[in-house]
Amino acid sequence: MIVEIGHFALALALGVAVIQTVVPLWGVARQDPVLASVGPAAAIACFLLVSVAFGALVFSYFVSDFSVENVASNSHSTQPLIYKLTSTWGNHEGSMLLWVLILVLFGALVALSRRSLPARLRAGALAAQGSITVAFLAFTLLTSNPFRRLVPAPAEGQDLNPLLQDLGLAIHPPLLYVGYVGFSISYAFAVAALIDGRIDAVWARAVRPWTLLAWTFLTLGISMGSYWAYYELGWGGWWFWDPVENASLMPWIAGTALIHSTVVMEKRDALKVWTILLAILTFSLSLLGTFIVRSGVLTSVHSFATDPQRGLFILAILVIFVGGSLALFAWRAPLLRQGGLFAPVSRESALVVNNLFLATACATVFVGTLYPLALEMVTGDKISVGPPFFNATFLPVVVPLLLLLPIGQSLAWKRGDLLGAAQRAQFAFGFAVLVTIALLAVTRGGPVLAPLGIGLGVFLVVSAFWDLGERVVSRASGAAAIWSRARGLPRSIWGTAFAHAGVGVTVIGIAATAWSTEGIGILKPGQSLTSGRYTFTLESIAPRTGPNFTEEVARFRIRTGEREMKPVESMKRMYTARAMPTTEAGIRSDGFSQAYVSLGEREADGSIAVRAYDKPLVLLIWIGTLIMAFGGALSLTDRRFRVAAPRRAAPTSALPQPAE
Amino acid sequence: MLIWIIFAVMTGAAVLSVLWPLGRRQPPIFADTAGAKSLYRSQVAEIDRDLGRRLIGSAEAEAAKAEAARRLLRAAAVETAPTGDSEPSLRRRRAASAIALSCVPLLALLVYGAYGSPSVPDQPLAARLKASPAGQDFAIALARIESHLAANPTDGKGWSVLAPVYLRQGRFEDAAKAFAAATRHDGPTAERHAGQGEAMILAAGGVVTAQARESLAEAVKLDPANARARFFLAIGLEQDGNIPGAVSALKALLAEAPADAPWTGAVRARLESLQGPSDPAAAAAIANLPAQDQAAAVRGMVDSLAGRLAEGGGTLAEWSRLIRSQSVLGEKPAALKSLATARERLAADAEALNALGTLAGELGLQEAAR
Repeated sequence: MIVEIGHFALALALGVAVIQTVVPLWGVARQDPVLASVGPAAAIACFLLVSVAFGALVFSYFVSDFSVENVASNSHSTQPLIYKLTSTWGNHEGSMLLWVLILVLFGALVALSRRSLPARLRAGALAAQGSITVAFLAFTLLTSNPFRRLVPAPAEGQDLNPLLQDLGLAIHPPLLYVGYVGFSISYAFAVAALIDGRIDAVWARAVRPWTLLAWTFLTLGISMGSYWAYYELGWGGWWFWDPVENASLMPWIAGTALIHSTVVMEKRDALKVWTILLAILTFSLSLLGTFIVRSGVLTSVHSFATDPQRGLFILAILVIFVGGSLALFAWRAPLLRQGGLFAPVSRESALVVNNLFLATACATVFVGTLYPLALEMVTGDKISVGPPFFNATFLPVVVPLLLLLPIGQSLAWKRGDLLGAAQRAQFAFGFAVLVTIALLAVTRGGPVLAPLGIGLGVFLVVSAFWDLGERVVSRASGAAAIWSRARGLPRSIWGTAFAHAGVGVTVIGIAATAWSTEGIGILKPGQSLTSGRYTFTLESIAPRTGPNFTEEVARFRIRTGEREMKPVESMKRMYTARAMPTTEAGIRSDGFSQAYVSLGEREADGSIAVRAYDKPLVLLIWIGTLIMAFGGALSLTDRRFRVAAPRRAAPTSALPQPAE
Repeated sequence: MLIWIIFAVMTGAAVLSVLWPLGRRQPPIFADTAGAKSLYRSQVAEIDRDLGRRLIGSAEAEAAKAEAARRLLRAAAVETAPTGDSEPSLRRRRAASAIALSCVPLLALLVYGAYGSPSVPDQPLAARLKASPAGQDFAIALARIESHLAANPTDGKGWSVLAPVYLRQGRFEDAAKAFAAATRHDGPTAERHAGQGEAMILAAGGVVTAQARESLAEAVKLDPANARARFFLAIGLEQDGNIPGAVSALKALLAEAPADAPWTGAVRARLESLQGPSDPAAAAAIANLPAQDQAAAVRGMVDSLAGRLAEGGGTLAEWSRLIRSQSVLGEKPAALKSLATARERLAADAEALNALGTLAGELGLQEAAR
């Protein structure tokens, strides 16, 4: 009965979502606040109903109710409890339900934030959000119903895809979905503003926290997905320019641009039309990602089901929401009041440059991802666009952007001083050059790109805090004064510094991959394989039985120089229910570096193929993204609204020093 | 019943939550200006605070305050007066309530009605495993036997229980293996060999393979009266092209059948399909008759077929046979009538209608039919 209650709740949510779309929209159109106030109530009701549905599905996974088709095809009674629960979204139907749940959660949050949002904007946004909810609820109910029953129920389920039986599944999809779906709020605000024909700094202030929240989660989600692929797939790589990865990277890049352009809008009441367009495009790219992943256009671990009917449905959703909003944009955007003029050298101009670079970077990824798909559809030729394409197109756009970043960050609003900004950046730049030269000298003969990339990363990290340090230290004396001044700075400034430093840390990690080494060998117990700084000695190979798999465990001792590290285990597993093998890489962290070993085929004579890697500083890639996300979160806690004040021009002599 | 009460309560709660804001006495206002006012006021306060902290200079603070003030004026300029409890507003409220009252339950019932299964109870695995063997569902019982046999693969009795189940479920290869295992561990019986033979035939898509034949022969050796084995052996003869042999084997089976044997229907049907007009023995008998009697005999057969079909039903093959015979006998009106009836009876089957059309063309019945 619980299953059916969940199903009915989902069906009810569809009806309530229709009300959430229609009535508030009517209210906005007729200037009727009573009708508009239906929006928040409906959004909250929708969230409660979908929560009941999601809870019912989780429950049926929890008790292994195989009379639910979704449970029967994606769970197994011998799975550990945590994987039973995560199986809920480890499949197409369940993950759509999670998608919808997060969508309506955001709707409810908007409904509840009565203080910070103007009522009209809130009503319009909830209506736009309601229409997205209707579309995805209909998609879930009609084509991907997770509550379909099986009569008679089978005695055993078919098990979850073994690649997904990992803690990563508990973390990666929810984070990613909060990111994807969070941008639906920015989209809904943009549509509401277009319908209402009003957009101003209030709008920017309302949108900014939602965008930041979505961006922060998307950053974490992509990063987690990348680390998961790194340790689960056993190839030692962490980013493959795979269309599915690109599908998540594109909204991230567009979202990054959106965060920066809303700042301009908030401070200078400018760049409005562009910001609206970015908000629409960011969510459109999220939808595109959903389409690419779910339609069966391509196959990967993410494409759970390839059903052309579903693909068509999602394509229709994509066309309606992207096409509809762009049409609305074309119609209403000219009516928006344009913002003020920019001085060519100012923070806002620097942010425009940032947006140009990011939009170009996003476009290169877009072309690289969709061109092969389009070509295959038109001509049937399969071409593969891989790292060489992206190295040749994406990097030349991103590297100048990163080089300009510190200068833009230290420019003042309204009228900046390029020379001053360059002077402020020069120490960081000089330091970075020194680091690069030192590294080049130490690793003579090695790849040149690694020291250069690390130099760039160091430049970013140092300059991110240099600016802050100057502000905090130069005018204060004594540790207490510095501390109080540091605390006095708005948190969003700290957030900016951390996020930019995070980019630098990630760049260092990426650059250092040029030094990573791979060793391949066929080992018998007792034999060794050396890769880079690490020597792996195979100690033993032994069978072991897990809850729903059997595995062969190879135990390795690792030495680096004279130092003996903790031993590591690498496994080849066979999941019995699906008769599907997986490899579990053995990873030992050593500072920020990692020793990585993964198993290949077992030979008849008892030896086993082994691939061993030395991955210097690889952890910095993900630590950098964590720092970025921390910066986003820090900025999120700062909800102040500021107008642009050209701080740098402050006359320091005219006023007495404050006695803090 | 309980579930429908719960559904009704849920629907009521959902509709009420949407209706509630429509029924409020004190209508909220679009407080944009108020919001903007407080916003810009807090902004001015913030500028003052920044000034106090020496984060910005006094001139810049003045400029920023001026900008904030300009924004506030602009926000106030576009504000429209909120509408009160006017007549159109009340009408709109009523309309919105009506939409909510009808749309939410209707959509929910429509969608749930199409995809829901209100009568299917939850079936958590633990409860199914705990249930008494009598009330246990079939899949669990099967899983129990399977896991028992996985642990004790030499339990021939167990295999002999499992094999017919597999056969009924259409898992023919598993059934053949189970029958073989039962024979191996618990000794051969005619039924086991016959079952294995049947499973092999079904697994091969109906072809009586050499292996199946061996199995069936073993069964007949153990029990010469085993109907299943003899039936499939007869089918084997038919597939070899030995129609008379197959017919006589089936006849012998029928003759020896107990009066209440449930399988005689199947055997008789098979026998009839083997005989019919193409029955070589019957055809030869008619051919031996003098010309006049021959025609009479044929006519008698056709008439009896026509009489049977007139009563109702009839397959495409039977109708085709009748129409062809009547046409050959020169009874064109009768053939046309049969064609019309056949078209009526088989109207649901597009392929049959096509075949009838082709037949009519072949026999020159088409033009007359128009």
